[in-house]
Amino acid sequence: MWEQIRSNQIRSIVLVVAMGLFLLLLGYGIGVLLFGSGVGGLIIALVVWFIMNLVAYFQGGNIMLSVSGARKIAKDDHPRLYNIVEEMKIASGLERMPDIYIIEDPALNAFATGRDPNHASVAVTSGLLQKLNRDELQGVIAHELSHIKNRDVLLMTICSVLLGTIVLLAWFASRMLIFGSLGGGRSRGSSGGGGYAALIIMIVAIVLMIVAPIAAQLIYFAVSRRREYLADASGALYTRYPEGLASALEKISNSTVELKTANQAYAPMYILNPFRRGGKPATDLTSTHPPISERIRILRSMGGNVSLASYETAYRQVSRSSKGVIPASVVAGASSLTARQAEPVEAEPDRTERTRETSDVMWKLSNYVTAKCECGARLKVPPQYRGDSIKCPHCGRINSLPPRKHQ
Amino acid sequence: MQWIIIGVVVGVIVILAIILGMNYNSLVRLRNQTKNAWAQIDVQLKRRHDLIPNLVETVKGYAKYERETLEAVTQARNLAQSAVGKGVGTQAKAESDLSGALSRLLAVVENYPDLKANQNFLALQEELTSTENKISFSRQYYNDAVLGYNNKTQMFPSNIVASMFGFRGGEFFEVEVAAEREAPKVSFS
Repeated sequence: MWEQIRSNQIRSIVLVVAMGLFLLLLGYGIGVLLFGSGVGGLIIALVVWFIMNLVAYFQGGNIMLSVSGARKIAKDDHPRLYNIVEEMKIASGLERMPDIYIIEDPALNAFATGRDPNHASVAVTSGLLQKLNRDELQGVIAHELSHIKNRDVLLMTICSVLLGTIVLLAWFASRMLIFGSLGGGRSRGSSGGGGYAALIIMIVAIVLMIVAPIAAQLIYFAVSRRREYLADASGALYTRYPEGLASALEKISNSTVELKTANQAYAPMYILNPFRRGGKPATDLTSTHPPISERIRILRSMGGNVSLASYETAYRQVSRSSKGVIPASVVAGASSLTARQAEPVEAEPDRTERTRETSDVMWKLSNYVTAKCECGARLKVPPQYRGDSIKCPHCGRINSLPPRKHQ
Repeated sequence: MQWIIIGVVVGVIVILAIILGMNYNSLVRLRNQTKNAWAQIDVQLKRRHDLIPNLVETVKGYAKYERETLEAVTQARNLAQSAVGKGVGTQAKAESDLSGALSRLLAVVENYPDLKANQNFLALQEELTSTENKISFSRQYYNDAVLGYNNKTQMFPSNIVASMFGFRGGEFFEVEVAAEREAPKVSFS
């Protein structure tokens, strides 16, 4: 488990360094092209990158949670969800219990956020809580917690900041080239004596401006897809039950509702790419997530063995590629681990009950008070209502309300 | 010539010291990890012990004729509680007996629809199911940690360091899987 994190880090560092080099090259090129000074461009690129990093580091997760309108829950609000997260926290060996959020959205999705395992949160949509049973929800949560455990959130944040900076710089520079001859004029004047060398640098810089954003994006997608496979594999390992995650993915992919609020930069943190176009399978190179049908098939062909090595074998079989997806050092050390059998859980609420339960949680989180009338109706009293009792609209009985705090 | 020999000797000693130090540190880390993982199991086992009296009380109100099953659960719980701190093996045995008694009780509950509709009971059952899961997940994590620690104490070169400083490896938390799997099949319907 620990070797896995270490070898991941090395691989990730290589990719991040590659993206960083793109940024530096781009900065230098833009500097030469626009100001006649490569170092100046470098400094600008680094300053922009630094500022974007600061913002992402301190605000990243919070922005994501507040944009999506997520509400933090305590154990009492949704004991089952809380318990499942705690179970997976134990299985993954995380030290701190992540914060749990619910997003009111009928779409089926979930994400993890937080710069390190001590500042981590998981969020699930209310749609997910309604549609998935306990085993499936457990699979999804295991997938998300392994993003946290493998420090994917941090890695993908670094990657997306680099990507963002590169895209921003290239965009800005191209606008300046097209519209403003103010920078261009000066650079032409100062590099006039250079002849061919200056021309070549200019051409390289322009090509870089076009190529760098695309290349950075492709690296970013590649890193992200790899992380998804790894999170699926760890999810199966933690739950010892790949079928749970597989069937959750199936339900999620069958749902056509799209997530209302999603942030492009954080797409890799969702269990399923929130930006896929209606039902179409994403093309391979330009997606943050591997095709969901492939993920399901890999999980289902793991058989009774849930080790990372078994996932690796299944991956090779399904994708017919000789290149694996899990670091070799991890696979070598892992022993065979048997999957747990499916057992019917008696306590499990069915879908109707889950829907009611979820909507109750959402009412409660919006500070509504629920009162049950003798006629069987359930009254949901908005927080603005100030009386101590309320008349039931169905039967006319007067129901007293519990004392509550008014805003 | 003399200086070269002295230099080589000092160099070898320094390298050996570094290897020793690194191995020692990772042994300590792994031992702490197993201790920590064991503490996790303990927390969950204690949580289950605390839940049982409550469960027994709730079930008693509805299922008066199941005294034997209820008593078996209470007894298994008391035995498990007294086994705390008596070594991994003893505790594992007592806890798996308790698991068996509990699943027999939950199977019996199937015959009492009123009880199954009781909000209090449903909440308790969710807690119990989840605690059972947490126990098995923490056991899973503990066993992984013990495996890593034992490998380190048995493999070269860390086994030399381990025997020098008395790292003895840990004991797996095994349960008789057969007994645990069989139990839910007992049904009176």
